[in-house]
Amino acid sequence: MEAVKMMQTMTPDDTKPVNFTVKAPVYLQIGDTKADTAHSGVCVVDVNLPFGKPVNIEEVTFKNYYTAYVTVRLLRRNPEQEAPAKWCTALRDLPLMDNPHTERGSQDYYTIHRTQMQVEPDHVVCVRLILRQPSLAWLTFSLEDIKIFPHTEPDPEKEVSDWLSDLTLIDQHPDLEGLPDPQTVSSSIQQMWALTEVMQTNQTTASIGRFDVDGCYDISLLSLT
Amino acid sequence: MLTGIELSLTIAQIIQRLRGSHLHSQIERQAKVSELPDVKLESLKEDVRSFLKTSGWERKLQNAVYRELQLPPRHPPAPPEHLKEPLAYMRKAQASWEKRVLKSLNSMSTELGVPLAHMRPAAEQKELTNKWNEMGTDEPDLSRFRPVYAPKDFLEVLIGLRNPNHDSSEDISARSHWGLIQVPLNVRDIPHLREAYSELNLTSGQMGIDDHALIHPVVMEEDSAAAQQYSRQGCPTGLRADLWALILNATNQPQDVMHYEQLKAGVIQHNLLVDNLIYKDVKLTASNDDYYFVFEDFLYQVGSLLLFSQFTYHTRSCVSINGVTQAQVLMKCLLGTCYCVIPFHGFSMYVAPLCFLYNEPSKLYNVFREMYIRYFFRLHSISSHPSGILSLCLQFERLLQTHLPQLFYHLRQIGVQPLRLAFKWMVRAFSGYLSTDQLLLLWDRILGYDSLEVVAVLAAAVFAFRAENLMEVTSLASAEAVLADLSTLKVMPLIQVFLFATAM
Repeated sequence: MEAVKMMQTMTPDDTKPVNFTVKAPVYLQIGDTKADTAHSGVCVVDVNLPFGKPVNIEEVTFKNYYTAYVTVRLLRRNPEQEAPAKWCTALRDLPLMDNPHTERGSQDYYTIHRTQMQVEPDHVVCVRLILRQPSLAWLTFSLEDIKIFPHTEPDPEKEVSDWLSDLTLIDQHPDLEGLPDPQTVSSSIQQMWALTEVMQTNQTTASIGRFDVDGCYDISLLSLT
Repeated sequence: MLTGIELSLTIAQIIQRLRGSHLHSQIERQAKVSELPDVKLESLKEDVRSFLKTSGWERKLQNAVYRELQLPPRHPPAPPEHLKEPLAYMRKAQASWEKRVLKSLNSMSTELGVPLAHMRPAAEQKELTNKWNEMGTDEPDLSRFRPVYAPKDFLEVLIGLRNPNHDSSEDISARSHWGLIQVPLNVRDIPHLREAYSELNLTSGQMGIDDHALIHPVVMEEDSAAAQQYSRQGCPTGLRADLWALILNATNQPQDVMHYEQLKAGVIQHNLLVDNLIYKDVKLTASNDDYYFVFEDFLYQVGSLLLFSQFTYHTRSCVSINGVTQAQVLMKCLLGTCYCVIPFHGFSMYVAPLCFLYNEPSKLYNVFREMYIRYFFRLHSISSHPSGILSLCLQFERLLQTHLPQLFYHLRQIGVQPLRLAFKWMVRAFSGYLSTDQLLLLWDRILGYDSLEVVAVLAAAVFAFRAENLMEVTSLASAEAVLADLSTLKVMPLIQVFLFATAM
């Protein structure tokens, strides 16, 4: 399965993550007695969403700490049916590190968007993250700062409220206080603009001519008309 | 390859970054010109677009987008220091290294009684302005100034770097590493390098060896991406300056020249302690070099300017009249920049080869600045980047251990770690060790592949080339003697043979 490492989040900035409790990660051990434990390289993190409030997930973000692969499983309870909640796999073995033995990706931030999941992450009650790190190079591995963002339906195009449409546009003349009428000013500005356009198209090579007399400027000689 | 959602997000980010840039206003201005031929109101959008295409503005936009794509994508939850360096323990190591260097600089300042930064008196400013182009003729007393650190000090720091989460207790012999670097970074071995550097195959012509192998010049098209691709097989000497400027998107427009003049004015006004270090470094290294001593004056100018540009960039917002505060701010800023510009012994050698390509100071400064902030700064800072000095050192050691195990073993037997011999080459990207024409061919590839990996490959290739002699040495001194003179080496055949003719 081709895994897509999304580097950008699509949730708008003001969306708050869901409050949830994360249980302590459980590192699976091989062997029964405490003395004979060998690290299996597998760890399970359960994220319990608030009781009685199933979430439709938009995206899950976290910071990696030396986990090589993560599998995401969801416990979904369909509100209409009375059936018990069912576990399903949303994402299997998403690679977080290029090479489990080397550093790349080991401390990066990741986002898993709902479009990357194989099932619709709606009415989710619990999220289980299964972490795998097969390499012996690392002392420990985990995920940090796990956040889950809920899916928000985009607002439908709002109609203009009724009270706004009740207003009629009254053409009020502003109190000018001696200033020229805006309409005449704008029409004369338009005329000037048209003039400049004409000038630009009819450029001549004749020199403009300077206001100096005998090689020097004299302010009283400048024409003011 | 980016897919749907990622693609549209990346596009949105690039648009945001380019909006409001100088290029944006230039294109807008061009589009508003009323003298556009064949522009009809009905098909306004298409006509303007095709006008921009034919007049070359689309190409400029493409170049700008290409440059933006080189930058890493931003991930909102990730704080900025994470984008610069994702591994926490490396950030810590870099911070403590910087602190050490700063302390050393501070104590030098106190010992010599020279402030870190102060305004020059007016007479001195005038004198410097007059002498700007001949600073090399000055012979001030710099005997008390020492370089802040030498590359071998930095090597010791790199060797001591450890990942706190790395389990080194179980030393499985299969993955035992004979070298000095103990950090498990991703580095590529020869099979991957062969794929990535396929243009260097023995069957493709290289500039400098097969000079009749001419490829269609791309300078006319002004296409950055094509220039970069072209440079992978080497640039012809006459086109190199333009091609490099194109790849780096280092323009020399009026605002660049103005910026240069502003910086120059700043350097004349302020006397920074680190300026003296640059001066001394140039005197010690470049001035003594047969190839580069002629460029002494340029090197002072460009070196000082780079440092001062860091100063102004950060102190613009902290206005302070008190000279002491300003100096403290300066030091904080110098070290707080992305690029940690503290000149060490050999620093001026980064600039020296560029003097062969550009004779106009502002263009030289621009190109050098681009090369420094894209590549050279990685050679003296601690990071996990694939072009960082740490990855290069590790790659060198791995290549040697995998493909020349007998040599590596022999050297270790006589108490010589190969990295100690090769480090000084890599940290200066071979500047000052190879002859200049060969060095420029090597730097063509650095630009062409946008990576410093070739430096590590070349270091291993040199060892492979001199392997027979090295197998016979019995001491560190004689090993150093074998590798002392690289000026007769031809880099491309060495790299090609090492990558494509090594038995796997």
